[in-house]
Amino acid sequence: MRRKGVNYSKFGYIFTFPFVLAFLIFSLYPILYTAFIGFTNLQGLIPKPIHILDNPFQNFKDLLFDNVSFRKSLINTGILWIVNFVPQIALALLLTAWFTNQRLKIKGQGVFKVLLYMPNIITAGTIAVLFSTLFAYPMGPVNSFVELMGWSDTPIFFLQDKTTARGIVAFIQFWMWYGNTMIILIAGVMGINPALFESASIDGANGIQTFFRITLPSLRTILLFTLITSMVGGLTMFDIPQLFLAGGPDDSTLTTSMFIYGQAFKGSYMYNRAAAASMIMFVISAILSGFVFYLMRDRDAAKMKKIEKMHRKSVKSSREGGVAHEQ
Amino acid sequence: MNNNNSGGVTRRINKTIIYIVCIFLAVLSILPFWIMFVNATRSTAEIQSGLSLLPSSHLMSNLRVLLDKSFDPIQGFMNSFIISSSATLLTVYFSSLAAYGLVTYSWKLRGPFFTFILCVMMIPSQASAIGFYQFMYKIHWTNSFLPLILPAIAAPAVVFFMRQYLLATLSIEIVEAARVDGSGEFKTFNRIILPLMVPAVATQAIFAFVGNWNNLFMPLILLTQKEKYTMPIMVSLLRGDIYKTEFGSIYMGLALTALPLFVVYFLLSRYIIAGVALGGVKE
Repeated sequence: MRRKGVNYSKFGYIFTFPFVLAFLIFSLYPILYTAFIGFTNLQGLIPKPIHILDNPFQNFKDLLFDNVSFRKSLINTGILWIVNFVPQIALALLLTAWFTNQRLKIKGQGVFKVLLYMPNIITAGTIAVLFSTLFAYPMGPVNSFVELMGWSDTPIFFLQDKTTARGIVAFIQFWMWYGNTMIILIAGVMGINPALFESASIDGANGIQTFFRITLPSLRTILLFTLITSMVGGLTMFDIPQLFLAGGPDDSTLTTSMFIYGQAFKGSYMYNRAAAASMIMFVISAILSGFVFYLMRDRDAAKMKKIEKMHRKSVKSSREGGVAHEQ
Repeated sequence: MNNNNSGGVTRRINKTIIYIVCIFLAVLSILPFWIMFVNATRSTAEIQSGLSLLPSSHLMSNLRVLLDKSFDPIQGFMNSFIISSSATLLTVYFSSLAAYGLVTYSWKLRGPFFTFILCVMMIPSQASAIGFYQFMYKIHWTNSFLPLILPAIAAPAVVFFMRQYLLATLSIEIVEAARVDGSGEFKTFNRIILPLMVPAVATQAIFAFVGNWNNLFMPLILLTQKEKYTMPIMVSLLRGDIYKTEFGSIYMGLALTALPLFVVYFLLSRYIIAGVALGGVKE
């Protein structure tokens, strides 16, 4: 993409300067500082001179090999993420297949999208407290319902049981996010060249064949993107488990973010340990983002080429670009 | 595409199943919130005695109990509003500016800068929280709104989005015409480009606002004074012991924290859904 304006190049620096400055102060410096704290003995409420540990990696070693709670938090984060993501992507794909099927012509899609996406916009904290209240013991709306349906004679203590507590946290996460995933996937399907579907239809492919042979392969990039953003999101899961049961029962819903928060800000002031845990989390998310980076860079290069072409060509091809953008 | 009558019956059955599933999911989305709003109007005794989907008459008494226990939704609303609206303004303005700088000018570090944006787009804020807190503690910015507002200037994902938007819509001729007319570069951006970017700015503003409004982690770390609490922190108070048995007022508190978001959502849902779709495709 070649654009005129060599004389103006300094404005490129000026216009991006506020961004860079804010990033250096509020993101880069804190990350480096966190990494540094991870190697030190910084603990306690009252500031005192800190120094780097004799074995700089002591905090990391302790966390990875000796800290049961931290390991549990990593495992929990993984479990909660898988239990929420697999049904989430499955349902989102199913709904996408239904909503984009030209032969079915499902009515009221707009309303369904608005309603299914709705939980995503409401404060996660509010939803967490709401669910813990709905599942109250011995009398709460869910227990009332269970009793009404005659499923159980005695009220169920959902929040005391590890499996149901984890299940509910995963369900909340699923319930808040499948609508979002669905809308993204539908948008992805809209972006597929309609000629592909047309020729499939002419060749006599049915809905299921079309979905598996055309829709799914074309969505590969978007699916991967969804997967990775959801993984990083899952890694930083905090609001819901924190306000739902504060990690209980027996640390079964303790996530990595909650571990960090708990070490540093809930009375023990173990800043060094929390910082080391943050760095481990950072490394994991950096690896995950690495994948996204490659994914996006390739697409962007393709996009650049497309735009170059668009500029060179005349009105006809720029119309194509305009349509593509609206999706 | 509608050339076949065979299998019409199966299709009708399929369609019925699809509608049933969709309606079930829609009910699943609404029901918890419906119960929340209904229970906000019921007394604790009524709530304890069973499920109801019809409102009762204890709205005011629930509200009174809630407010008696130092739950101040007006203050929380104001705090959240100040933080979210300031952060949103900074995010959309400076991200648009940076994106414009990226698209319009050819400068040596343009490529590297864009690569850098892609790299830092997904760093979770929790990863730097400890260093951030220590830093803010040292410069006495805890219990201030500034550390929750100023970092919004650097929003890599928004810059990315704005860049894609400008690439697709901005024609450099507009900028050049403005130059011929003697407009300075900043003036061109503020007077001509920014108004052109309104659709993208509006979408990103909605998401930035809601994201800031719902943020719990950072405010929870930084704000310890009660009068500085934001809405999500106030929600966490409802989990505490003081409301242990006052279910009516807990629901009332939850309803109050959710209400502004419902209003915003139903006013802007069309744009929000469109925005989600746009963000995901990253065309």
